[in-house]
Amino acid sequence: MKVSIYRYNPETDREPYMKEYEVDTGGKDLMVLDVLNLVKEQDDSMGYRRSCREGVCGSDGMNINGKNGLACITPLSAAAPGVLEGKKALILRPLPGLPVIRDLVVDMTMFYNQYEKVQPYLQNNTPAPAIERLQSPEDREKIDGLYECILCACCSTSCPSFWWNPDKFLGPAALLQSYRFLADSRDQATDERLGKLDDPFSLFRCRGIMNCVSVCPKGLNPTRAIGHIREMLLERAV
Amino acid sequence: MSIRTVTFDAIVVGGGGAGMRASLQMAQSGFKTALISKVFPTRSHTVSAQGGITCAIASSDPNDDWRWHMYDTVKGSDYIGDQDAIEYMCSVGPQTVFELEHMGLPFSRTEEGRIYQRPFGGQSKNYGEGGQAARTCAAADRTGHALLHTLYQQNLKNGTQFYSEWYAAELVTDARGHAAGVIAICIETGETVFFKAKATVFATGGAGRIYSSTTNALINTGDGIGMALRAGVPVQDIEMWQFHPTGIAGAGTLVTEGCRGEGGYLINKDGERFMERYAPNAKDLAGRDVVARSMMMEILDGRGCGPNGDYVYLKLDHLGEEVLHSRLPGICELSKTFAHADPVKEPIPVVPTCHYMMGGIPTNIHGQALRLDGGHQGQAEQIPGLFAVGEVACVSVHGANRLGGNSLLDLVVFGRAAGLYIEDALRQGMDQAEPNSDDMDRAMARLRRWDDSKGGESVASLRKELQSTMQNAFGVFRKGDLMIDGVKKVADLRSRIGEANLGDKSQAFNTARIEALELDNLLEVAEATAIAAEGRTESRGAHSRYDYPDRDDENWLCHSIFDPKTKQLGKRDVNFKPKTVDTFQPKVRTY
Repeated sequence: MKVSIYRYNPETDREPYMKEYEVDTGGKDLMVLDVLNLVKEQDDSMGYRRSCREGVCGSDGMNINGKNGLACITPLSAAAPGVLEGKKALILRPLPGLPVIRDLVVDMTMFYNQYEKVQPYLQNNTPAPAIERLQSPEDREKIDGLYECILCACCSTSCPSFWWNPDKFLGPAALLQSYRFLADSRDQATDERLGKLDDPFSLFRCRGIMNCVSVCPKGLNPTRAIGHIREMLLERAV
Repeated sequence: MSIRTVTFDAIVVGGGGAGMRASLQMAQSGFKTALISKVFPTRSHTVSAQGGITCAIASSDPNDDWRWHMYDTVKGSDYIGDQDAIEYMCSVGPQTVFELEHMGLPFSRTEEGRIYQRPFGGQSKNYGEGGQAARTCAAADRTGHALLHTLYQQNLKNGTQFYSEWYAAELVTDARGHAAGVIAICIETGETVFFKAKATVFATGGAGRIYSSTTNALINTGDGIGMALRAGVPVQDIEMWQFHPTGIAGAGTLVTEGCRGEGGYLINKDGERFMERYAPNAKDLAGRDVVARSMMMEILDGRGCGPNGDYVYLKLDHLGEEVLHSRLPGICELSKTFAHADPVKEPIPVVPTCHYMMGGIPTNIHGQALRLDGGHQGQAEQIPGLFAVGEVACVSVHGANRLGGNSLLDLVVFGRAAGLYIEDALRQGMDQAEPNSDDMDRAMARLRRWDDSKGGESVASLRKELQSTMQNAFGVFRKGDLMIDGVKKVADLRSRIGEANLGDKSQAFNTARIEALELDNLLEVAEATAIAAEGRTESRGAHSRYDYPDRDDENWLCHSIFDPKTKQLGKRDVNFKPKTVDTFQPKVRTY
């Protein structure tokens, strides 16, 4: 099968280019990451991140035939129907909107900065009990669909609002994390958290485009979380 | 010497659960601490832990007792776990788990609002007399993810200095063998820097990638073991590799023991629940070594499933959709992705898969690395400046077989313990080892070797050959002649890897260079494993030999110690002296 991969090495290349590889998968519907590993055996200069290879570490987010996803849990048949039959090529590019360091490896500093801005840690100043803090199953359920984020950046780098304002708009991933703590019955910093979001950019640049929802490899829904924060901000204002 | 030097009070190598628990402790104390990790910390392998963290917090059973947990762990270890270390882990455990909850870890909850606990293998009440316990604290089936992210968040809050995507290549020691820090490469730029510190903490995790089939992440290449062995530090019980009963056949991805804890069970091609024959009491929740061997016997006796009869099934559908989706959502996802099977409707094809390295750098309960002062039979002495925590360490709480859920507890208990100890030692004044230029040259030699390489075999092909050698000769069942052959093959691979070629010598984000350096480490772990496995002439825990089928307490109720300088296997006494309870005497181990 044919694979076309975005290549760029800052030491030797004046500009990026697409390079074609021929890979033999034995007709098997491999994961995109398996194909990358086969390419790496042919050409060890090809750069990409990977770790867990099972969709939980978030290392191998990339743009696969036009859509962001995790290479390790995207089978060829879903990435590019027809690729196994030789009807089309698998096309791999780095996540859009972030500076490229090399090949499929992007500089995620801006993405992490936005994550850190939401103070992504539990804040509770009451003295801790000798055992755990109690939380009802109903309260615990409120952070399902939020805490599972793996920080792969597929969502934020598919978001036009984040492309425009990656420094001022927090982006779907960071906002999902923000709501993860707002929704946690054990967290006491609700007012402070909301105060930091109450400006024209941090949250309100979300235009409900929902690319984040369509690409999230964990099936999470940042747009809904952003909607909940909007409601909380509204209630706080009245 | 032209290399840039940065100086810290303490450095931690590895950003998984153990490393981040240690760095958090030291960051809170205000000492200048750096955490060096070859991946962004939340990409570390702890993130893949599923079922939970085993600890007697007395939520499921108000009468639960850490001593029962200790008994289970000693028995699970097949009696070569150190009882002082197991006592420490099990008794300090509850406080450590409550701390994690206070930090924000999103545990699943009981109706009373307490932490949800599920049954896991090898767990009992009342010292094996009171039936199955439910002692594994869980955040659905994503406990490792929840734990790792919580620790990263707390490190952010407390201002730990992260060096993410920096690769520690070599331990720097002075002429006396005292640790002075590490040489590390900035992966993004290729710059090489000497991180100098009074305390160097290895938290580099396991090395499951020495096998072709493993549940481990691609990054689990035994970097800490490799660095230690090259610096002359011994490793202990390195022949002890856990094969997890339920890796997805073909893919190797893990399916948590929590599936069986929630009521799932294994069946052969006849649909028989075969564990009833092998472990009449605990059945599917016997020790992992016992279950893995039973599965292999079924397969070898022709009762495996599938066209080639090379796996068995894990049946879950009888638990119902609601339980599966609330308690095991991640498993449903993984099974659909990697086995094309929806557990709500059909069983998952599973096979024992390399999962965990019980052995490692010998340490005491403070994480201080040990060596033997008088060669093989000598007394253990501390190596100044060097610490090891988590899977890279052998403290030893797992002995010859780890119980499910005990690895996460090990990480946080001993990461914390090392942090506490170093904090205190720094306050009292720790020496900084001062390497001379020869010491630095020695530490840089390997980097130069790869940069000067030309025309040898490729890293990828040698890695594959190493992995299949280990898979074939050092798997679930082992045999003397096959192992002797395996040891020879690994020796041959050593000379070939020494001549191998790094094609790409560029600086910016050169992952080929990292993979080459990792191959050296895989080789070190593989060699130590091969020699130790061949040398331990008995069957105990995960080490199971056709030619020595019985446990031999007369000769082998002890740790093995592999000395990298002589490549010989020695012995070290197991600790049978817990401080507050009576010794658990070795017994025949049945489930």
